[in-house]
Amino acid sequence: MSTASLSEPRSRWWQGRAVRRFARHRLALIGVVMITALTLACVAGPWLLPYDSLYIDLRARFAPPMTGQHYLGTDPLGRDIAARLLMAGRTSLLVGVCAMVLSTLLGAFVGVVAGYRGGWVGASLMRMVDAFLAFPSIFLVLALAALLKPSPTMITVIIAVTSWMEVARIVEAEVRSLREREFVQAGRMLGLSRSHIMFREILPNAMGPIIVAATLTVARAILLEAYVSFLGYGIQPPLPSWGNMLNGAQQYLASAPWLAIVPGITITMAVTSFNFIGDGLRDALDVRSGPG
Amino acid sequence: MLVFLLNRLWQSVILLLIVSIIGFTILNLMPGGPLAQFALDPGMTQADMDRLAEQMGLNRPLPVQYFDWLMRMLRGDWGTSFRDGVPVLDVIGRHLFATLLLMGSSTVIAIGIGTWIGIRGATHRYSMFDYSATVGAMVALSIPTFWFGLVGIYVFSLRLGWLPAGNMYTIGDGSVLNYLHHLILPSIVLSLVNVAVWSRYMRSATLDVINQDFVKTARAKGLTERRVLMKHVVGNALLPMITLAGMQLPSILGGALVTETVFTWPGMGRLFLDSLGYSDYPVVMGLLMFSAFLTVLGNLIADVVIAMVDPRIRLG
Repeated sequence: MSTASLSEPRSRWWQGRAVRRFARHRLALIGVVMITALTLACVAGPWLLPYDSLYIDLRARFAPPMTGQHYLGTDPLGRDIAARLLMAGRTSLLVGVCAMVLSTLLGAFVGVVAGYRGGWVGASLMRMVDAFLAFPSIFLVLALAALLKPSPTMITVIIAVTSWMEVARIVEAEVRSLREREFVQAGRMLGLSRSHIMFREILPNAMGPIIVAATLTVARAILLEAYVSFLGYGIQPPLPSWGNMLNGAQQYLASAPWLAIVPGITITMAVTSFNFIGDGLRDALDVRSGPG
Repeated sequence: MLVFLLNRLWQSVILLLIVSIIGFTILNLMPGGPLAQFALDPGMTQADMDRLAEQMGLNRPLPVQYFDWLMRMLRGDWGTSFRDGVPVLDVIGRHLFATLLLMGSSTVIAIGIGTWIGIRGATHRYSMFDYSATVGAMVALSIPTFWFGLVGIYVFSLRLGWLPAGNMYTIGDGSVLNYLHHLILPSIVLSLVNVAVWSRYMRSATLDVINQDFVKTARAKGLTERRVLMKHVVGNALLPMITLAGMQLPSILGGALVTETVFTWPGMGRLFLDSLGYSDYPVVMGLLMFSAFLTVLGNLIADVVIAMVDPRIRLG
């Protein structure tokens, strides 16, 4: 620690190198703009639209987009698709973000313990990660969702339980490489407790890769929710989600294609945004992983 | 080689053991446990249920039950389907071919196109092509497979009428051409994600190889760029891709499940969903275990193949 750093004005976080690099990443910015717009629309939109997402109007069934004030048309029950889409966005985005938080916490915990303890404990934990990865995650999510009574909370937990392995692997590798570094030895010598060293000293150093993985996990979680809800085992109607809006779309594909097109494009947009942001963060935080 | 093989085999066995523990845990998560089937029958009294539990050994400690279950799995007794009383392994066997056909054809497409995009992206780095491929791959990874299937059906079946919207063949017409005709759309849909993944990895694998000394030597010898690429770069870049092919197995299987649902393809994915609908838990569990088993086997084969072609791995 040099004295120079004390006299210099402390730079704010938004003046940092990582932030500047992120801001130069065009795709990441597109992602941020898209997801911000989508989130704002989902939060505020339903109040501004003339129809309620649950209002059934059997005289206006299967109205194509731009019919009167049904900007995106209506569904087989005559409900306004725009209103449903935005309400569904609240559910889907919330499930995605919450599942990310849960799975990241779980993954980071397992990763830190496995990496720091190493040996027998670490090896068995990592074999468990491998075992979870051997199941196709959709199979696992569907089976669990069908066996346990599906509520939005349960779906979130199920998605989290099936997507923590990536973070665990990343954190384990990072922690294992840091375990014998001087600052950790110093911590041990100071008599810090093992959990303090693991979570307060080592874990913060793995923050970069964790943030990147967490962003990509949101994308994955939104997709998984869409898959299970599309197949009828996820979020249950009347609560709309992007996935269950597509649930009946296939049978009306010939007569009312907008039922399939509108939610599908929205899901793709949301997931793409998170993937773009994740890519930008990877560059900005200098995380070397996977293909560039 | 033998040491490597035994070591790898041992790891797979351990992995399968843990997989089986996870499977057994899920089995016991079911409402009513393994007795769920009988709980739905209104003629069953609690006394009947207790007697059944006694007969099936469900009142023994869990570790004993697990061991018993594992032994039965190993003997090939995976239970019988609630729906039609057929042994689970037979039911799976009947649907295996359709899924393997779909996965195989989509993998061929993915490897073909993905390899080409990856190599071209690496040789023309930061070109318009490379940039579009990068963005395209990220978007492709964000499209829900089932929705891509719906769009495909809408465009190619309903609008253009070129391809059938579902099923594996037309009833009464079992010709190879008819099968192929039905195979085109679902395998393209399933390959989308894998083209994206494969091309990204292929690009970075090619970049890793392209700047190595032996490639420079080949160029210095005066070989044409094309010959350098085909003989020296591609072969070496494809090597790590064998591992990727093994790793991608669960995601392809999962994708197949969704694709089969949209295209009413009579494979394992369709079976899985139907069985869920009928609460046919033995088949659901069987498919879950079977898919994990396939993955472990796939990874094992990939590792052995890589060790066979690359001495650095089996000796290092």
